[in-house]
Amino acid sequence: MTSGGDLLIFLALATPLFAAVAIYAVGRMPDVRETLTVIASIALSIVTISMFMRVGAGNPPVLTVARPLAGLEIAFRLEPLGALFAVMASALWGVNSLFSIGYMRGKREANQTRFYVCFAFAMFAVMGIAMAANLFTLFIFYEVLTFSTYPLVTHAGDAAARRAGRIYLATLVGASLVLFLPGIVGVHLAAGSTTFIPGGLLTGKVNVVTGNVLLLLLVFGAAKAALMPLHGWLPAAMVAPAPVSALLHAVAVVKAGAFVILKTSAYIFGSDLISALPAATWLLWVAAGTIVIASLVAMTKDELKLRLAWSTVGQLAYVTSAALLPAAAGLVAGGLHMLIHAFAKITLFMCAGAIYVATGASKVSEMRGLGRSMPIVFACFLAGALCVVGLPPFAGMWSKFLLITAAFGTQTWITAAAMIVSSLLGLLYLAPVAIRALLPPAGDGSSGGFIRPYGAPGPVVAALAITAAGCVALFLFADAVAAYLAPIARRVP
Amino acid sequence: MISFETLYAAAPALTAHAPVLMVAGPLIAACVAALSPTARTSWMISVTGSMFAAWMALAITGEVARHGAVDYYIGGFAPPLGIAFYIDGLGAMMALLVSSAGVMASIYSGHSLAAEVRAEKHTHVQAAFLLCQAGLLGLVSTGDAFNAFVFLEVSSIGAYALVAIGEKRDRRALPAAFNYLIMGTIGATLYVIGIGFLYAATGTLNMADLSARLATLGDSSVVQAGFAFIVVGLGIKAAMFPLHGWLPGAYSFGPSLIVIFLAATATKTSIYLMARFIFDVFPDGAAFGRNFIAWVLAPLAATAAIVCSIQATFEREIRRILAFSSVAQVGLILLGLSLATILGASAGLFYLMAHALMKMTLFMAVGGLAISLPARRLDDFAGVARDAPWSATAFAAGALSLAGAPLTLGFLAKWRLLEAALNAGQIWIAATVAIASLLTLLYVGRMLEAIFFRSAPAGAPRAVEAPVGVLAPVLVLAGLNIWFGLDASLPEQLAGAGAKALLAGAP
Repeated sequence: MTSGGDLLIFLALATPLFAAVAIYAVGRMPDVRETLTVIASIALSIVTISMFMRVGAGNPPVLTVARPLAGLEIAFRLEPLGALFAVMASALWGVNSLFSIGYMRGKREANQTRFYVCFAFAMFAVMGIAMAANLFTLFIFYEVLTFSTYPLVTHAGDAAARRAGRIYLATLVGASLVLFLPGIVGVHLAAGSTTFIPGGLLTGKVNVVTGNVLLLLLVFGAAKAALMPLHGWLPAAMVAPAPVSALLHAVAVVKAGAFVILKTSAYIFGSDLISALPAATWLLWVAAGTIVIASLVAMTKDELKLRLAWSTVGQLAYVTSAALLPAAAGLVAGGLHMLIHAFAKITLFMCAGAIYVATGASKVSEMRGLGRSMPIVFACFLAGALCVVGLPPFAGMWSKFLLITAAFGTQTWITAAAMIVSSLLGLLYLAPVAIRALLPPAGDGSSGGFIRPYGAPGPVVAALAITAAGCVALFLFADAVAAYLAPIARRVP
Repeated sequence: MISFETLYAAAPALTAHAPVLMVAGPLIAACVAALSPTARTSWMISVTGSMFAAWMALAITGEVARHGAVDYYIGGFAPPLGIAFYIDGLGAMMALLVSSAGVMASIYSGHSLAAEVRAEKHTHVQAAFLLCQAGLLGLVSTGDAFNAFVFLEVSSIGAYALVAIGEKRDRRALPAAFNYLIMGTIGATLYVIGIGFLYAATGTLNMADLSARLATLGDSSVVQAGFAFIVVGLGIKAAMFPLHGWLPGAYSFGPSLIVIFLAATATKTSIYLMARFIFDVFPDGAAFGRNFIAWVLAPLAATAAIVCSIQATFEREIRRILAFSSVAQVGLILLGLSLATILGASAGLFYLMAHALMKMTLFMAVGGLAISLPARRLDDFAGVARDAPWSATAFAAGALSLAGAPLTLGFLAKWRLLEAALNAGQIWIAATVAIASLLTLLYVGRMLEAIFFRSAPAGAPRAVEAPVGVLAPVLVLAGLNIWFGLDASLPEQLAGAGAKALLAGAP
């Protein structure tokens, strides 16, 4: 029935794991090491795309690996959301590897082997999260992801990086041990399993009080989604090198959090229960607050990466809101936003990295007029920014449109208002960065020169151009993706 | 997949005298070891004796699994005149745990002792070790309350001497051993006084008889006094907070052989005996018993789990970190037992086995490193992973298990504990477990950071990878931490059988 499906799952896990080991083994030969990274990412993309197709064809890959205790399984099963997440992460890993090569060599960073090994490990964890068939399995890989990315956050090794690393670990691990794990155990006790089931595992199995508690535990426990007040780790993690911020803190890690919340909403609680639980409404308020506050804070940040991080905090709360809207109205839009924001935000972070590696500028105020010497980079930045804001012809428009429609449709005015306000604020804090850089410098025109002879390295520019193009391409294919995701919101009789 | 069935099918047909042989084997081996001519022969005798005991334990476990609890009357004299051994699911689990820890420790001691103890003393060390092992095995298999005292003392005397012998490396071993001796003796004395009270009230020392007669006595104050003496006495032996003062010293300064063995078994067997008294001997549902569990045992256990984990984060010496961690983990085990449900007791016992395995791995790995690196402070272990990758990896496996990282046995143990606490509606216990795990992560993180991510200061003494004889058992145990993390059916079944034996008739 699922011949070959289990092999695909095995390959999806084994490829990054093997890559990690192989990269470690050839660490002394940078060229081989980086070729390996790229090959692994391409191989992984092929695997995830095959899985994506199989899920689309209604023949999802399934694999059970181990049964550590009675009733607890380490098992994998693809569904549309997970398949999309896996494809997104693996494809962007490839692009990001290209960027990393240029960036890390350009900056002559130390410990590059450790960097690539940890990256591959993180992808292994992401694949596990994307394919997990139950919360138990998901939790395992969720933790692996935290620990495999910790050395990346502290890559610089100085006091600031170590401090950020501590915040990173303390928040993420703390939340997952104190909130997430008890929540999962609670689900297990209430339902006798933690398996993701279309229509909701807990439907009809919990009363309102238990349901409320479990929802709060699981949503806040997935602290990678950076819902306030558990968002502090994300801006702190910006001490990491740009490729880390780009892939992990725009795509893999934060989206793993958003993914968990979407998945929990769709497959653990189900739309009926979510609609019935007051906690969902409370959380919608928290998310709306997060959206607005994060946008306001982003406006005050001069450090470009910090501004982007705060923007991410807000955008993740969009997905959280989408997951919690009544009647499953927002699930598809949330999944779409997860994908599109990933493309937009990785573009922005890679642009920030390109600017930094070429000119040493990391503050918005230092970038006035820089666009004259780096037109491609800043044009791509503009594309990414407009995509995040949600203007055509960029894909962000569709997910924003669907999200706000869903909020209006379910008469969740507070969420709708927050999204509209934050889009406007986004226009104010992201677009000017590019526009002012592209306009001629005013007055004496102190546009900083390159600290490298030829500006940003070629692979860096190529990578960010690819993802910027993706922002446009998705504008055309958003409908297809939404149709692919549609089953997750389907009510099961 | 290891299953219980295959294990006991592999065990030999039960020789009718396995319970007594299991204790007598190491006891006789102790005498032979003391008389043996060289260090090497004494080591071989020690390994043989331990293996023999483990073989018998395996046979008994199989017998208990197939036919239920084993009664054995020494010399054929039935109680109340004779001395009875009584081994049920719980006793079998403990016997298997103690004897396998003995096997691993004795194999390991072949190389580690040479670095830590003068060669001419090896024969005595092995004898004391075997004595300690025989005592603990007797303790978990006897059905007689006074007999248990005798075995407790037999094992303790061996342990005191073994801790003191660590003085070659660090003179502080002597005060630590003395402290251990005084505290341990006080504990044993309190216990025996408690037994005296019970004897006065009931006229019997056999646990099954005690249980039957106590049930008719109700809340007599003599019985209550006996209960108090027994739990406090055993509380000292089990390092129950705040009676744990002896433990950090003993674990820090003893030679590795005894430290790894004690870490896996010493407190655990006293927990066993305490649970035996609380749940088996004293009547279920007696008001004083329930009050003790709810208002003394559980709060103290929770305090231990939190306070000692914090203490561990502030310690500088690696073995003291592990020692305080042990006190905290004893708290978690007792928390599970204090739930007084089948699920809770089985979670507590599961945790007990998991903790024995991970602490043994950790102390063994540290001991292996200490052969070449006479260091105590965590800072001295900076960057050891580069010089001794295998030992460091084994240490990491144990440490991750201790921290409850997924895919290790420790994670499943934490899961079981959380599940049992939530199932019993004890939210505060679940919260304590979660917070304690978080604190554990702090000190585990500190240790792993030093070993793996920091580099040794220039000119510092460098470690050398431990010899194969030491490395092999360490790696086996490290592997088991992961193996059981993927398939915990064996400890799960042992713990389930133990909990059923302990709480027959409980929900």
